[in-house]
Amino acid sequence: MRSLFSVLGAQVRKGLFEVQYGTALTVRAFGAVFSGGAVRRRDIIEQMDVLGAGSLGIVALTGLFAGMAMGMQFSIELGVFGAKDYLGRMVTVSIIREMGPVLTALMVAGRVCSGIASELGGMKIGRQVDALRVMGIDPVSKLVMPRIVAVLVMLPILTIIADTLAILGGWGVGTTVGHLSFDTYWASVDRGLTVQNLLGGVIKPMVFGVIIGAVGCTSGLLSAGGARGVGRATTEAVVKASILILIANFVVGYVVIKALGWA
Amino acid sequence: MIAFENVDFCYEDGTQVLFDVNLRVPDGTTLALLGASGSGKTTLLHVLLGLLKPTGGRVLVDGQDIVPMREKALSDVRERMGVVFQDGALFDSLTVGENVSFYMRERMRLDEDEMERRTLEQLKYVGLSHTMDLMPDELSGGMRRRVAVARAMAAFRPTIMLYDEPTSGLDPITADSICDLIRQVGTEQKLTSIIVTHRLRDAFKVADRLVLFRAGRIYFEGTCDLLRAATDPYIKRFMA
Ligand SMILES: Nc1ncnc2c1ncn2[C@@H]1O[C@H](COP(=O)(O)OP(=O)(O)O)[C@@H](O)[C@H]1O
Ligand SMILES: [Mg+2]
Repeated sequence: MRSLFSVLGAQVRKGLFEVQYGTALTVRAFGAVFSGGAVRRRDIIEQMDVLGAGSLGIVALTGLFAGMAMGMQFSIELGVFGAKDYLGRMVTVSIIREMGPVLTALMVAGRVCSGIASELGGMKIGRQVDALRVMGIDPVSKLVMPRIVAVLVMLPILTIIADTLAILGGWGVGTTVGHLSFDTYWASVDRGLTVQNLLGGVIKPMVFGVIIGAVGCTSGLLSAGGARGVGRATTEAVVKASILILIANFVVGYVVIKALGWA
Repeated sequence: MIAFENVDFCYEDGTQVLFDVNLRVPDGTTLALLGASGSGKTTLLHVLLGLLKPTGGRVLVDGQDIVPMREKALSDVRERMGVVFQDGALFDSLTVGENVSFYMRERMRLDEDEMERRTLEQLKYVGLSHTMDLMPDELSGGMRRRVAVARAMAAFRPTIMLYDEPTSGLDPITADSICDLIRQVGTEQKLTSIIVTHRLRDAFKVADRLVLFRAGRIYFEGTCDLLRAATDPYIKRFMA
């Protein structure tokens, strides 16, 4: 039994160390945002292109099919209460508040967080991170900051794209399967687009973006043990980021509701 | 002048790797650091670069103790040092040209033409001007080391060059050509060099003095001739 406890103890210590390291890394990255000049601005734009633009396809598909599925289920369920006219609003609210930000973030976590972790992990074990330090270049400012900022900026944009396609998907299904008129659907959508919903819908992806960037960088830079270690760090990064996103989704949702009131 | 004074080093997991290392490398000379795998050669280089903090002792670069230095002050000292890491440590997402011009792009204000001119000059120097647009994984092991040398030289004009196993994994002919390059760079630029290797042949080829490491301690220090003449059984085994 002692060995079980010591194993658990080591796991907890490792976890706490990672949280501490990741937090410090994120704080330092934000401290480095404005100190890099033109070279760093170029790095940020490059990462936005790699991480953001590359995710456009999967995010668009995710949004479209999530919206279509919801349009179908809600129009059946609302039909039972004779409230089919509310379809647009139901789809809009659930997409903007919950499904859009969470699904987009989870998809991006799968693609981007793992990419960051494996790239930085490879650089760590290949001594490229040491090579940077030897040249007097801070790896936090060169590697971590541009990635966190890029995901922070791109994820809200990707989320808005996913939201838009989801609402369009809901409309497509609502009018064909649910026999709603164009005007009814869009008037109802309009009522769902409150300031509270829109604000919450953009704050969430910003928080999720920082989580994805920070977890990816932390896992990469802490990876050890050769290619196998990098592989493990990569998979774990996606799992950790996904769980943190779901936790943060509840917390941020709660804070937004507390701060802005029910829509 | 590089000097290690009573340097001890422990990794975080508690394994002590360096024991009371005392070593001097006078300006303009080349030292070969020999030793079996795991004897602490790479660790010693990383201590000299300030990438690892020794648990005891002093590390002097041109009279300055780098041990208490923070990253900012260290980067000034590192400006004087060029490093070729084990396997080269080229940035594998960048082309050869971008690798060589990396420091210029990051830290010097040069226009594109000047940067390209200097990059090409450095690549020419190591005999690889045609590889400018290739990716590192399209290069052979020997070419990668050469590019790493070019990158280290292009950065800043270093006065100290450190090489970590620059010939490992290479065939004897390529290895010799890398040694020639190291020798040439050292004499032309009047550099102080440390070359870590486990190949005696390299050491004899490039070094003024030799140090043999054994389990984190200096086991032998002296000239090539002295090492050849040694009768100590461990040295004899190492030379065999
Ligand atoms: N990050 C590390 N953590 C713990 N021990 C390490 C680490 N890196 C190297 N070591 C150990 O330190 C010793 C010396 O390693 P190193 O300096 O790389 O030797 P060399 O370069 O002479 O082959 C080895 O026994 C190695 O296992
Ligand atoms: Mg080594």
